[in-house]
Amino acid sequence: MRNISALVFASGLAFLLLVITWQFILGGAPMLIGEAILQQAAEELGAANLVTSVVLGYRGIDTLGEIAILFTASTATSLVLSSIAEKTSAKSKPGLRDDGTILASSASLFFPLLMTIGLYIILHGHLTPGGGFQGGVILAAAFFLPLLAVPGRGVNHSGLALVEGFAGASFIVIGIIALFQGKAFLQPLFGHGEMGSLLSAGSLPLLYIAVGLKVGAELSGLLANLAEPSGNGDETLSATESASTEQTSMQAEKTKS
Amino acid sequence: MTTNLIHWLLYGGAMGLIVIGIVGVVTLTNIFRIILALVIAEAGANLLLVIAGYRFDAIAPILTGQALSAMPTTQIMVDPVPQAMVLTSIVIGVGVQALALALVLKVYKNYQTLDLREIHHRMLADIDHSSGVISLLSEEQPKGERPLPEPETKNVLNSGGEK
Repeated sequence: MRNISALVFASGLAFLLLVITWQFILGGAPMLIGEAILQQAAEELGAANLVTSVVLGYRGIDTLGEIAILFTASTATSLVLSSIAEKTSAKSKPGLRDDGTILASSASLFFPLLMTIGLYIILHGHLTPGGGFQGGVILAAAFFLPLLAVPGRGVNHSGLALVEGFAGASFIVIGIIALFQGKAFLQPLFGHGEMGSLLSAGSLPLLYIAVGLKVGAELSGLLANLAEPSGNGDETLSATESASTEQTSMQAEKTKS
Repeated sequence: MTTNLIHWLLYGGAMGLIVIGIVGVVTLTNIFRIILALVIAEAGANLLLVIAGYRFDAIAPILTGQALSAMPTTQIMVDPVPQAMVLTSIVIGVGVQALALALVLKVYKNYQTLDLREIHHRMLADIDHSSGVISLLSEEQPKGERPLPEPETKNVLNSGGEK
């Protein structure tokens, strides 16, 4: 019965969406904003990667809000997981597990390579495919890889918070500097430079560096938070605890009845 | 004809992912699978956005080589706005998934199960217990003081879930 109703629901939903799909146009839908941006972006912002000029130039406030959402998610995650982490640390903390030299040293080997690729992608965000978000994720992977190789190593959370706060603040400060120069908030500064060179597109690379550092710090803190509470001694602890609560609830019900 | 086929394949694929995801969210009972279904629906939505900006015979919206000097480029490019939006939406998706996973981890620590109905019953039992009310979960649960065999620990909390 449950399966039949699910099937009916699914087919109804699919029919509804396919009817909407019937009206879509493939390849050549009239997108006025997109056309206008393609025409003007190169002259207005001087960034070779037009997606970057949309993300940071035309939709900069949108990106700021998006960073705020990521920050909220990361803060909420650490808030939710912090009580579990406390429980783990109250119990004897599981020591560093030794998974062999090969795993540990290859994690150390990959760290500088991943850092280089991540920083390259962030710095060339206005020239090539990539940018702050993609490079930031690679930076996070660079910091998370040693944690995967040697579980229980821990991460410098205060340092991550410092980088994160500094990057977010500098993003907003760049936007406010534009206000002082009589422009709109987050409007690109410092001229264009020669198009296609590393030092071009005004303040867009600076904004992307801020975004990259912030995304990298936030994601690595988030992954570390998710990885940390999986201690060994924790399972038995909570199991016995819940068993005792079940006992007490049983007794309570008995006395009530 | 082929254009029509490609149209249906692309849009139908994106919509199909969304349908799979939503149906999964609605019908599944394992919380972790619900998160995975959410991820699938999100992938469908992103795919739909990217396809909406597609142009035939177009290149990525990045100026390279000669196009850098010849400013108003003659080459057709795909729409950059949906790409920028998908870029941000992917990162937001990662944040949402991480938060959902953290909540699932917390639930699992408390109830030792990922089954949604089981968690529901245990949560109701917990609420009843902490407010000092006799559990109303099961109609069949014996109420009076009879010489009953000692029930197992789990049955008190699970009795509502088993039919």
